[in-house]
Amino acid sequence: MTFYDTLQRYKWDEEKASIYSKTALDVEAALSKPKRTLDDFKALISPAAMPYLEQMAALSMQITQKRFGKTMQLYVPLYLSNECTNSCVYCGFRHENETTRVTLNEEQVLKEVEVIKAMGYEHILLVTGEHLKRNGCDYLQRMIQLIKPHFAQISLEVAPLNVEEYATLANEGMYAVYVYQETYNVDRYSIYHPRGKKANMRYRLETGDRLGEAGVRKVGLGCLLGLEDWRTDSFFTALHLNYLEKMWWRTKYSISFPRMRPFAGLYEPNCIVSDHELLQLICAYRIFNEEVEISLSTREQPKFRDNMLKLGVTAMSAGSKTEPGGYAESKKELEQFKISDDRSSDEVAQMINSKGYEVVWKDWDECLQKT
Amino acid sequence: MKPLIIAGKEFNSRLFTGTGKFSSNEIMGKAILASSSELVTVALKRVNLMNDSDDMLMHLQHPNLNLLPNTSGVRNAKEAVFAAQLAREALGTNWVKLEIHPDPKYLLADGEETLEATRILAKEGFIVLPYIQADPVLCKKLEEVGAAAVMPLGSPIGSNQGLQTRDFLRIIIEQSNVPVIVDAGLGAPSHAAEAMEMGADAVLINTAIAVANDPIRMAIAFKMAVEAGRMAFESRLAPRVFAAIASSPLTSFLDEL
Repeated sequence: MTFYDTLQRYKWDEEKASIYSKTALDVEAALSKPKRTLDDFKALISPAAMPYLEQMAALSMQITQKRFGKTMQLYVPLYLSNECTNSCVYCGFRHENETTRVTLNEEQVLKEVEVIKAMGYEHILLVTGEHLKRNGCDYLQRMIQLIKPHFAQISLEVAPLNVEEYATLANEGMYAVYVYQETYNVDRYSIYHPRGKKANMRYRLETGDRLGEAGVRKVGLGCLLGLEDWRTDSFFTALHLNYLEKMWWRTKYSISFPRMRPFAGLYEPNCIVSDHELLQLICAYRIFNEEVEISLSTREQPKFRDNMLKLGVTAMSAGSKTEPGGYAESKKELEQFKISDDRSSDEVAQMINSKGYEVVWKDWDECLQKT
Repeated sequence: MKPLIIAGKEFNSRLFTGTGKFSSNEIMGKAILASSSELVTVALKRVNLMNDSDDMLMHLQHPNLNLLPNTSGVRNAKEAVFAAQLAREALGTNWVKLEIHPDPKYLLADGEETLEATRILAKEGFIVLPYIQADPVLCKKLEEVGAAAVMPLGSPIGSNQGLQTRDFLRIIIEQSNVPVIVDAGLGAPSHAAEAMEMGADAVLINTAIAVANDPIRMAIAFKMAVEAGRMAFESRLAPRVFAAIASSPLTSFLDEL
């Protein structure tokens, strides 16, 4: 049994209809409970909850402070490789794009590390496209060995791997893995992922199970906001989270909100998630699940990030470059996507302090995973 | 107020404090100072063990303040033992708060693994303070393998729900030969006072102070509550009487004999 089997019991259209039929009464009931169910989550992300944003924000802030205190974790992505055999229609790294393909070698990675260390980071997120020969498990293992002496926490956002590979990397010192499903709509997944390994929806759906089995400490989930109806996809993401928390209870979970924006020259999103709606979604997650970590990246604009800081978010990236080699030498044409917040890590840290929050640079230590 | 003695060390304050969740390390340092706490727990995952100028540790330098490194993040005895050894080397203390919670959601302790780690670390000369479920039998076993104190929870970490485990804490306090420190879940000074009135030797507070609007004043409030509760315990509380007893319908016949 994996999440694939669980998903078979649900029908996209039925869940969608159920979300859109929620009423103000359902929302009020969800807000007044001490603990919320998936059905309450539906009410909180439904259109009926839009008049309750202020209440949701206040509740989300209070619950977040109870669990996470007045703190904000900072991390930074390091793009190692843009080589990719997939054809995801929305992605700048897609196989068909005629761009220069780069996979950083040891020397190049150390140059990036030097710049990133000077920014103050202890938590690094390694990112690659999906090209198992060029940036698969062997490459990642070498890179973790190389980077390990410089960072307290190493996370990965790379191609889905198998259980043995995850276990190998965890033994090397990998802490967390982020794998976004993009969409849980089984009838439409293949439209966005026509070719390459990622076309196999089931393999991707079962990645959380493989990570749990391999004993990886933290797993990041999310759907790409902009492909399908965001409310329905977010319900399925929450369903996935609920399933994993029960099944793989030794693992910690995190949710991210990659939001597509209308952007000339690239893929035009099917559905636009407004700022109001993204606030609603983040607060709904927090009210639904008091313990899940919530991450907000530099895809979002400074003003939105600064104000969301207290309303449920627990981790942020800052000063990010989304092209391989971008910290040592910026090459905009290799970017995966354009960032909306180009402030430095110092500037973001100062902003966080000015809001009365402490920046947490270090929240892990390799000594805790050694045996 | 009698001083508390753990592993031969004397504490004049029975309020232990945590260092997480504060809005700044500066406020944390001030709140802990205001609380008069003499033992603060520090998460190994948060401090930089290789760096002498770690900002959190810098704010905890005070002659009366002792560090109690905790192993939060480890999932079993093996990992905990390794982390404790590293902490001893890096921080120069053989005191350790064992936190082994394989479940990252509710952070509930694994009793089996905690017992095993306590056994190993106590043999290696560590002063072990294990964080555990309010389980009276486990507490006795921990005592047998060399725990310097036991730290049963009042309610889940960070939940502010007070003494949900009250009935079990009473048994633990009654039976224990080592100090009992009620840890986790105490959300208000009244909760801390209640634990102390029951006879707990100390309490550990973090979230309730760190997340308060004014952590420094809240730290003082907890200090006062802990002192009041302890004083009441030492002065022997008068027994509670639930109804006024006006006559003695069951025994008055004795006078008529």
